[in-house]
Amino acid sequence: MSKGKLGYFDPKKPQENRITDIGPNRFEQMMPPVLRKNYGKWLSHRILEPGLLMHVSETGDKVYTVRAAAPRTLSVEYIREVCSIADKFCNGYVRWTTRNNIEFIMDNEKAARDLKKELDSTKYPAGSYKFPTGGTGFGITSIVHTQGWIHCHTPATDASGPVKATADVLFDYFKSMKLPAKLRIALACCLNMCGAVHCSDIALLGYHRKPPTIDHEVLGKVCEIPLVIAACPLYAIKPYTTPEGTKSVTVNQEKCMYCGNCYTMCMALPLADAEGDGIAILVGGKISNRITTPKFSKVIIPWLPNNRPRWPEVTNVVKKIVEVYAKDANKYERLGDWAGRIGWEKFFEKTGIPFTEKSMDDYRLAVDTFRTTTQFKFTEHAWAVSKAVGGI
Amino acid sequence: MGAEGQEHLWDKEVKGHRTYNDIRIFTDEQLKNYTEEELKNFKGKHATPMLDELEKGPWPSFVSDIKREALHRNKLGQDNLQIPAEICDDLLGIVELSYRDGETHWKHGGIVGVLGYGGGVVGRYNDQQAQFPNIAHFHTYRVNQPGAKFYTTDWLRGFCDICEYRGSGMTNLHGSTGDLVMLGTFTDQLEPIFFDLTHDLGVDIGGSGGNLRTPSDCIGKARCEFACYDTMDMCYEMTMTFQDELHRPAFPYKFKFKFDGCPNCCVGSIARSDMAYIGTWKDDIRINQDAVKAYVGGEIPRNGGAVQANWGPFNIQEEIIDKCPTECMNWDGKKLSINNPECNRCMHCIDAMPEALRVGADQGLSILFGAKAPILEGAQLAVMTIPFMYAKKPYDSIKNLVRKVFDWWIEEGKNRERIGETIQRVTLKTFCEVLGIP
Repeated sequence: MSKGKLGYFDPKKPQENRITDIGPNRFEQMMPPVLRKNYGKWLSHRILEPGLLMHVSETGDKVYTVRAAAPRTLSVEYIREVCSIADKFCNGYVRWTTRNNIEFIMDNEKAARDLKKELDSTKYPAGSYKFPTGGTGFGITSIVHTQGWIHCHTPATDASGPVKATADVLFDYFKSMKLPAKLRIALACCLNMCGAVHCSDIALLGYHRKPPTIDHEVLGKVCEIPLVIAACPLYAIKPYTTPEGTKSVTVNQEKCMYCGNCYTMCMALPLADAEGDGIAILVGGKISNRITTPKFSKVIIPWLPNNRPRWPEVTNVVKKIVEVYAKDANKYERLGDWAGRIGWEKFFEKTGIPFTEKSMDDYRLAVDTFRTTTQFKFTEHAWAVSKAVGGI
Repeated sequence: MGAEGQEHLWDKEVKGHRTYNDIRIFTDEQLKNYTEEELKNFKGKHATPMLDELEKGPWPSFVSDIKREALHRNKLGQDNLQIPAEICDDLLGIVELSYRDGETHWKHGGIVGVLGYGGGVVGRYNDQQAQFPNIAHFHTYRVNQPGAKFYTTDWLRGFCDICEYRGSGMTNLHGSTGDLVMLGTFTDQLEPIFFDLTHDLGVDIGGSGGNLRTPSDCIGKARCEFACYDTMDMCYEMTMTFQDELHRPAFPYKFKFKFDGCPNCCVGSIARSDMAYIGTWKDDIRINQDAVKAYVGGEIPRNGGAVQANWGPFNIQEEIIDKCPTECMNWDGKKLSINNPECNRCMHCIDAMPEALRVGADQGLSILFGAKAPILEGAQLAVMTIPFMYAKKPYDSIKNLVRKVFDWWIEEGKNRERIGETIQRVTLKTFCEVLGIP
């Protein structure tokens, strides 16, 4: 590799020796030979225990995969340690999953079990596991998440912190497979929803509660005003000229729902606010087509505080939802399928989560989400409605 | 290398392959330059009482990990690094400040990149430059990951050396779209990093901006019996075919490809890509009746052994037949039968009895369009548009379809309008006409 400030790059001849459009490394060269040999020949698989998979090929070959959690934000020191383990057990091959777990693949079951023991005994000096094994079958695997305060400019919450706090609380579910079906948790630090929040069993979503502040002096200089206006889903933004003649915009505070998309387009409209910002909880989404079709997650709690550093209000409610679901749902039933079957009114009742008007859709196609049937179940909330209007 | 003729550059099975030693920056002594004892006693430059709380608990702690890198960098010393040795100290400091303030401390936006490309690097600057000068720039480099995120340790160690020497030493493995993410570097290192990546690691950068983003795939035929087409090969081929669209933004907005081998959707294509390729089959599910009986007899654990809860003995009627969404299955006590023309290929019976049931042999894929997150017009799941296409190399029919879609959307799409929103605005009927769908 090159050394020195500029390395191979010569700023006087910037186009010289420049290689472009070569794409990713071709994948075969990175695959363990046993997978290349059995490519496309797999017959079936089994999960031997949490974190340990076995795949069987028509050639008779078997491969063993040990899956371990990783915190996604990784230092190179962490990756080098993964490499040393892969050198020792897997002849220098390793992969990552679509949920940012690490997989070590080998053709020897005993080696796989030895590796698993080693991974489960490796800790940081402060006490957390480096590579806890698990994340298979009907349990809870790693939480897909985003940048948060580590790197992004639009978040309403952190990502790595709430994920660590939640995963700590749910650790036993990562190490076991005792749920009715798999349960996917995701976090996005704003409603751009980078990642999988809109289609996860449980989703944590950074949420603002205050409209943007407007820096009239600079807005017209640094932002393209028509783009700012077009960025608002509720048409709350209008062009505005200040008494001094400076071009800017106004935000109709009654119409604004604090999505933050205008700030994405325009740096003069910041809306982050320590007291206002927090986390909304959504549940019931899924991506697979198994039994039922893919589903969006629904808002069940509009806002919980960013109670740093461990977000206890968030972790408590997530734990409660998982426990009630684990106890109540049928075999193979994903969380959203369970809530749909028992009725959302029962979901709120069983989890003890208060239903608020904030869960009632009021955006354009909202009418499709209303209950247009006499089919409902009597809950405390139903009695409260009946009492409130003098019915009882 | 991704480039033609270099497909085996890193292949340890091939003679003359490149190794870590051919390109390494750091010596073994430099890499092992601290003890566990030093790590245990390490105090960062800034006090981080709140982040320290996140070192507790069983889940791998990102705080412990950043501290480890901070110590490692301090001991390497500034002479061995191209950007500030204390960048990780300042990263911890600024995140701690965010924890105290409850707000981010990154300035809005940032436009940086490399010559010849219009995307791939996300610029970032902190808003407390005086207090945290070592993290004044903290740009993200997106590096195009190999198929299904397989690596050799030789390649990964080389990647680590670049990240550390010319970057913060912090990464994301991986970004949600699939890229390897080098987290944090300074502007003057962007070109040198690009030269190292392309010359020594044989890899290109990924996408950002109004372009084709980095495609990604499930593990497919490498290690899954459900894969109905070669997700990894097709993802690679499509990435290579559309390199120009990936590196030089020419679209109204972002556009994503994702490749799922079956309807279980392990890479989430149906929710997270503008054009989702999902494997399927058009003949019969293959049944091994002896294995079905073995499931019924309790000799094979249900769902590949995914179930540890006490569900009692396997009940094929309750767990399979009655759960089938189209009610097209029957179990007469001896034989399982499937009315395949009525099957909608949801995967449940195959997922639940993988040793008895296999996906059909006449395989291809479905194409769905328009998935996106909420901004601006509401979240969308992808719309089933093309029920079946064969996916055989070199995928010409599919590439032609893609070109048709791009040509139309570049013309028709509004500024910052995802294709799902364009389809919503001009109607699905119009989109079907564009594609020549009857």
